[in-house]
Amino acid sequence: MMTLKVNGRDHQIDADPDTPLLYVLRDDLELNAAKFGCGLGQCGACAVIVDGKAVLSCVTPLLLFQDKEVTTLEGLGSIETPAPIQRAFMEEQAAQCGYCIAGMMMQAQALLQRNPKPTDEEIRAAMEPNLCRCGTHMRILRAVHRAAHLMQTADASTVQRSGR
Amino acid sequence: MPRTAGRMTRARVFGSVLAALAGVGVAAVFAISWRPAIPAIDPPAPQTFDATLMKRGRVLAAIGNCASCHTVRGAPDYAGGLPVATPFGTIYSTNITPDAESGLGRWSEIAFRRAMRAGVDRAGQHLYPTFPYDHFTNVTDEDDRALYAYLMTRQPVHAMARENQLSFPLDQRFVIAGWKLLFLRPGTYQPDTARSEEWNRGAYLVEGLAHCGACHTPRNALGAERATAQFAGGDVDNWHAYAINAQSPAPVPWTADALFGYLREGWHPEHGVARGPMAEVVRNLSSVPDTDIRAIVAYMASVFGAPTPDRKRRGEEVLGQVNSTPAQVESSDAAGAAIYAAACATCHEAKRPLPYGGVNLALSTAMSGPDARNAANVVLAGLRALEGEPSPIMPGFASSMNDAQIAALLNYLRSRFSNQPTWTGVEKIVEEARRTQTVALQNSRRPDHAPADSSQRDKP
Repeated sequence: MMTLKVNGRDHQIDADPDTPLLYVLRDDLELNAAKFGCGLGQCGACAVIVDGKAVLSCVTPLLLFQDKEVTTLEGLGSIETPAPIQRAFMEEQAAQCGYCIAGMMMQAQALLQRNPKPTDEEIRAAMEPNLCRCGTHMRILRAVHRAAHLMQTADASTVQRSGR
Repeated sequence: MPRTAGRMTRARVFGSVLAALAGVGVAAVFAISWRPAIPAIDPPAPQTFDATLMKRGRVLAAIGNCASCHTVRGAPDYAGGLPVATPFGTIYSTNITPDAESGLGRWSEIAFRRAMRAGVDRAGQHLYPTFPYDHFTNVTDEDDRALYAYLMTRQPVHAMARENQLSFPLDQRFVIAGWKLLFLRPGTYQPDTARSEEWNRGAYLVEGLAHCGACHTPRNALGAERATAQFAGGDVDNWHAYAINAQSPAPVPWTADALFGYLREGWHPEHGVARGPMAEVVRNLSSVPDTDIRAIVAYMASVFGAPTPDRKRRGEEVLGQVNSTPAQVESSDAAGAAIYAAACATCHEAKRPLPYGGVNLALSTAMSGPDARNAANVVLAGLRALEGEPSPIMPGFASSMNDAQIAALLNYLRSRFSNQPTWTGVEKIVEEARRTQTVALQNSRRPDHAPADSSQRDKP
């Protein structure tokens, strides 16, 4: 039995220490935003935020999350009250099939938390681990810029609530 | 009075002798360090160069790994600007595109050859030995001509050299002349007639243009390669360049065939994966014909020498272990063991051969090397997938493991997978690796060491 802190709540998890975090999130906690893409840590669809950094949950075993704080997309905002990153992705319509988007948003959120005003080049570098097969990249880039803008202007309160 | 006069005379004589000595000293320093400028030329038009020569130059430039130092991430190839950290300060690579003002545009072939041979630029200024002319002095006139033809036909890029960050007196270039007196042995490679043509070709490349020793040979306090410890292992960009002579720490002794496979593919199932600066070397070598790689391997196999019966037995033992069921070794490091079991073993003990599975760590030179740097670098950054070819991959754990966790893991790996003494100061090494990895990723030519663009092969 291990205590896992997700989106601010402690959960008692009964799983082998080598279980990938992604399986625990989806199967045990029914947090289905993070997706199983390649299972090899090569596509980014499973990205979540751990202590402020984007982590690929499909290749990271449960054992490494002791005493750490996991944030999933569900922890950022909801349909009723979307976080700036979610609003930005919606406003830019930055999804086609949408499978990669949860991971994209978590990667972008981690970037914006450590660098609130990234340049285009910095966004490209940070988003590099995340793949999109539909080719929505240009909209995703715009969405990240928009999210940066949103976070700096009206919605500072939402940013506070999100993430950390 | 006379006594005073005598004293004065003596003082005057002494003074003038001193002055004369100082004068002679200055003159000597001047004579040793002064080099004439070589007249500037008008940048030659690309069509004046022979296409065959350019093609040869392309291969030679790949062997010389020129682009790795003379290119900075995000900027055009060969435009320079890469900061090279040395124990003496930071030196920036220069622009070797044929731009007239900031590159080699006004350099004649003679000026280029002098730089390669003697480390002097066109204007007569001594170049810092970060530019490895202690090796390039071995390059033949014909090869220098081909390199010149290749470089002078690249796209000119205007990029002025950045100011080096060196403290006095090392910022004075005449100091380099003294360094050269001590450590530069000018002259082209002299073949050993007792050896095969292939071996000699390999020796010529390894000792000359490929400058393998620049990383794989340890350096002395003045930054020169230690002649008595050739290929005994050196340092580059916070990586350890393993010993590639009889002292090689590889668990399984290298053979010529294994070396060939490794230099061609960037990995070998009995040794692991080329990483860090070596990945870039392998990438550059991908445009070099098999014959030259075979030659390099023939020479290097003789440098490694035949393994002692002891090493051979140990290698067979390790291979045997790897192919049998993994032995459960008792370790004092329970935290490290748990991390290994949870995060690493699923790939590293999957018994899928490279590149589809992780190398069994008992075979990895990173585990048996003299320090934990390389292992720390790989655990932090992982191995990136290469574009367009099967290549080993590994996720990096920089975001999911803290320094203490990585240190515990590395200490466990060392005790379980190597028969060498424990590493010291592992946590500090991890901390340092985390810091320098970030810097390296910002500067190096490409973040993922992608392979050479194969569409460029055979082009002039």
